[in-house]
Amino acid sequence: MPTRLRHLVPRSLSLVLAAVLAVLVVGGVLTATAGSAGAAEPTCVRPQPRTDDTIHILGCLTDSRTTPPKAVPDASISVESEDGDVVGTDTTDQTGIFDIALPGTSTDNIGETYVVKIARDSLPKGTKLRNPKQEALRVTLNLDSDRFVTFPIGDIPQGTSLGTRALQLAVGGLVFSLLLAMAALGLSMIFGTTGLTNFAHGELITFGAIVAYGVDRLPGDIRVFGTNVTMVVSVLVAVVASVAFGWLQDKGLWRPLRHRGTGIIAAMIVSIGFSVFLRNVFQYFAGADNHNYSQWTNPKPWSLGPVDITPKDFGVLVTAVVVLVAVTLAVQRTRIGKATRAVADNPALAASSGINVDRVISVVWSVGAGLAGLSGVLLGMTQGFDYQLGFKILLLVFAATILGGLGNIWGALVGSLIIGIFIEVSTLFIPAELKFVGALVVLILVLLVRPQGLLGRAERVG
Amino acid sequence: MDWGNIIAGSLQQGLGPTAVIYALAAIGLNVTFGYTGLLNFGQAGFMAIGGYALASFVTTWGLPFWLGIVAGLFFTVVLAFLLGIPTLRLRADYLAIVTIAAAEIIRQTLGSVTLLDYFGGQDGLNNFQTTFRNLNPFPGGLDLGFVSWSRYDFWLLFSGWVLVLLGCLGVFLLMRAPWGRVLKGIREDENAVRSLGKNVYAYKLQSLIIGGLFGAVAGFYIALQHSNMNPSWVATDTTFFAYTVLLLGGAARVLGPVVGSIVFWFLITFLDLIFSALTRGDDPFMPTWLMDGQQASLMRLIFMGLALMLLMIYRPQGIFGDRKELAIDAR
Repeated sequence: MPTRLRHLVPRSLSLVLAAVLAVLVVGGVLTATAGSAGAAEPTCVRPQPRTDDTIHILGCLTDSRTTPPKAVPDASISVESEDGDVVGTDTTDQTGIFDIALPGTSTDNIGETYVVKIARDSLPKGTKLRNPKQEALRVTLNLDSDRFVTFPIGDIPQGTSLGTRALQLAVGGLVFSLLLAMAALGLSMIFGTTGLTNFAHGELITFGAIVAYGVDRLPGDIRVFGTNVTMVVSVLVAVVASVAFGWLQDKGLWRPLRHRGTGIIAAMIVSIGFSVFLRNVFQYFAGADNHNYSQWTNPKPWSLGPVDITPKDFGVLVTAVVVLVAVTLAVQRTRIGKATRAVADNPALAASSGINVDRVISVVWSVGAGLAGLSGVLLGMTQGFDYQLGFKILLLVFAATILGGLGNIWGALVGSLIIGIFIEVSTLFIPAELKFVGALVVLILVLLVRPQGLLGRAERVG
Repeated sequence: MDWGNIIAGSLQQGLGPTAVIYALAAIGLNVTFGYTGLLNFGQAGFMAIGGYALASFVTTWGLPFWLGIVAGLFFTVVLAFLLGIPTLRLRADYLAIVTIAAAEIIRQTLGSVTLLDYFGGQDGLNNFQTTFRNLNPFPGGLDLGFVSWSRYDFWLLFSGWVLVLLGCLGVFLLMRAPWGRVLKGIREDENAVRSLGKNVYAYKLQSLIIGGLFGAVAGFYIALQHSNMNPSWVATDTTFFAYTVLLLGGAARVLGPVVGSIVFWFLITFLDLIFSALTRGDDPFMPTWLMDGQQASLMRLIFMGLALMLLMIYRPQGIFGDRKELAIDAR
C-alpha cells in the first residue's frame, strides 16, 4: 500500500497540474482574442518642481470613462479664500493640469482653508462632473508642500438604476472573489494539513505576479502561428515557478520545523518574519511602483444584457472557475485528494494507515502555492500589481477562509464568494475606500456568532 | 567608511525616541503575549487610538492636551473591551487574525477621506504638541560628544525612558503579585486555572487592557515624536516590529522589551547606515547594478525579517528569556 501510494502521488499530482496547465492554455487563448493597446496622449504632466518657498494648489482633470483616462483641457478652475475672495485662477492645459499659486509663503499658509471651484460650463462638450453637486472643494493645508486636488469626471452614476449598478458591481466582485478563492483554497489546505496559519501566504500571491512580469518583460514577443502569446506563457511560467517555490518552501523551511516540533504559534511568527523578508526582497527587485502587463491593457467591454464585462475579465473568470473545479474535484476524487483529507483529519492515524504524511503535505504546499501564484498573475492582469499585492489582500484571504471555516475546502470557496461580492456591492452604500473595512467587520461579526465559520465543524475553537 | 559616524548614528536611534516608542509598545505586548500568552496582533490599533485621540482632541476639537491624553487612555480601554469580549474566547490563531483585522479597520477608517475633516486623511494631524513642548524643563539639548539630541528630542527621550522604567517597575510588581501568577498560569494551562475557580476570561481582559494602555502611551509618543499623527505610523508592520523587539529581548522578562528595543534599533540603524554608506557617492563601493540607494534602504527590513525567523527557530527565548518558562504554543 505505501509503495503504491508513493508511485501514485506524483502521478496524480502531475495529472492535476496537467489539468491546470491545459485549462490555463484554453483560458489564455480565449482571452487572447481581444484587446490591443492604443498609444495614449500624455496626461497629467506635472510642472517642474520649484525651489522657492511658494505653495501651489494643483490638480489634474481626467475623463475616467476611457482607459487610460483622457486629459480634460480648457476647464476653468478658481481658488477662493474662506471669505470668498478669489486668490487665483487657471485653466487646464492639454495634459489636464492646472496650477494655482497661493499668496504668501508655504509656512504662512499652514492651517489656512481655501475653496477650489470648477466652472461647470467651461468643461468641454460631452464631459460632466461625476458628482454634479461637487463643484467646490474645501481644502485645508496641513503641510508646507503643494496640495493636489481633483474633480472626478465621467458618467453620472445616477443614470442607471440601483439594481443594474448592484449587478454590475456583483460581476466585478465575482471575478475578484474567484481570485480570492484560489488563494484561500491554498491557505485553507495548508492550515488543514499542517495547522500553520501562514502569514507569508500573501507573498506567494505576489510571487506569481512578479514572475509573470519578469517573463513579460523579456525582450521581444513570444508568438505561436503569428499570435502574441507572451502573457499566456508568462502565466504558465508563473504557475510552474510558484509550484516549485511552494515545494521548496516546504522542503527547506516548514518540514524541518515540523520535525523539530516547533509549536504552531512559533511557526506563525516565523511566517511573519518570512513575509517581511520576502516582501522587501520583492521590492528590492520590482521596485515600489505599480506595474501592468504588456498585453490587453485597453480592452473594449462586451455588453451582456445590463452588465458590461471585458473579455479579459471574462477570461480570468473562466480560468478561475475551471481551475477551482479541477482542484476541488481532485481533492474529492483522486487518491492524493483522499490522502490529503485523511491527513487533515488526523495526521497520526493517516500515517499509521500507510499514508506518507510528509509527501502529502509537500503536494499540498506545491498545489497551494501554485493556486496562490495563479491568483496573483490574474489579479495583476485585472488591476495591476506592486510588491505588496498579496500583503494587501492577505487579511481578506484570511477573512474568506475563516468565514467559511478554517481548513474546510468548500468553506474557503463560499467564504471567498461572500467576501468578494460583499466588498464590491457594499460600495453602493459605503465609500469605496472603506470597502475592505466593511469585509473585516463582517469577519469579526461572524466570529462572534459562529466561531467555527459557516461550514466549519462545530468543535471547540477557544 | 566612517565608522565613528555609523556607530554614533546607531546609538542615537538605539537610545532615542524611536526606541522609547517600541519599548513601550513591547512592554504592552509582554503583558498580553509574554505573560498571558494571548497572541495580540492589534497593538498598532491601540497605538493608533492613543495617538489619534491626542492629536484630534487638540487639533480638530481644540480641547486641552491633557484631556486628549485621558481620552486616549479611555478609548483604549473601550477598544480592549470591544476587541476582547468577542475574541478572547477564540483559539490563539483566530485571536491573532481578528486582532490584526481590528487594527487594520481602525487604521483604514482613521486615514479615510470620508473622515478627512476630523483625522486629516493620509496626511494626518499636526500642531498638537505645544503643551508638551512647553513642559520641557531642560534649557538645551543633550550633547554627549559623539551623539547629541535637540532640546525637544532630549525632553521626549528623557520623559519616555522615565515612563518605560516606571512601566517596567509596574510590570515587575504586578507579576510578583498573585494576580501575575494567575496570568502565567493561564499561559501555561488555562483549564488548570479555570478548575481552581479563577475567572480566566476576566483575567485575559484585564491583561489585554493593561497591554493596550502601554500601546496607547506608545501612540502618544509616536504623535509627539513626529509632531504629526498619520496612518502610516501604525501599519501592520508596526506590530510586527514590536513583536520582534519583544522576542529579541526575551518575552516574559521585565526588562526584555527595553533591552530588545535598544538592541533592535541599534542594529537596524547600524545596518541601514552601512548599506547607505556602501551605495553613496559618485563611485560607490557597491556596484549600482547590484544595489542602489533605494535598494540599500530595504536591506534593514530584509535582515529584520530573517532575524525574526531565525530568532524564533533557534532562540525563541531571546537574549534574556528562559526557554523553559516560555512554552509558546497553542492549546
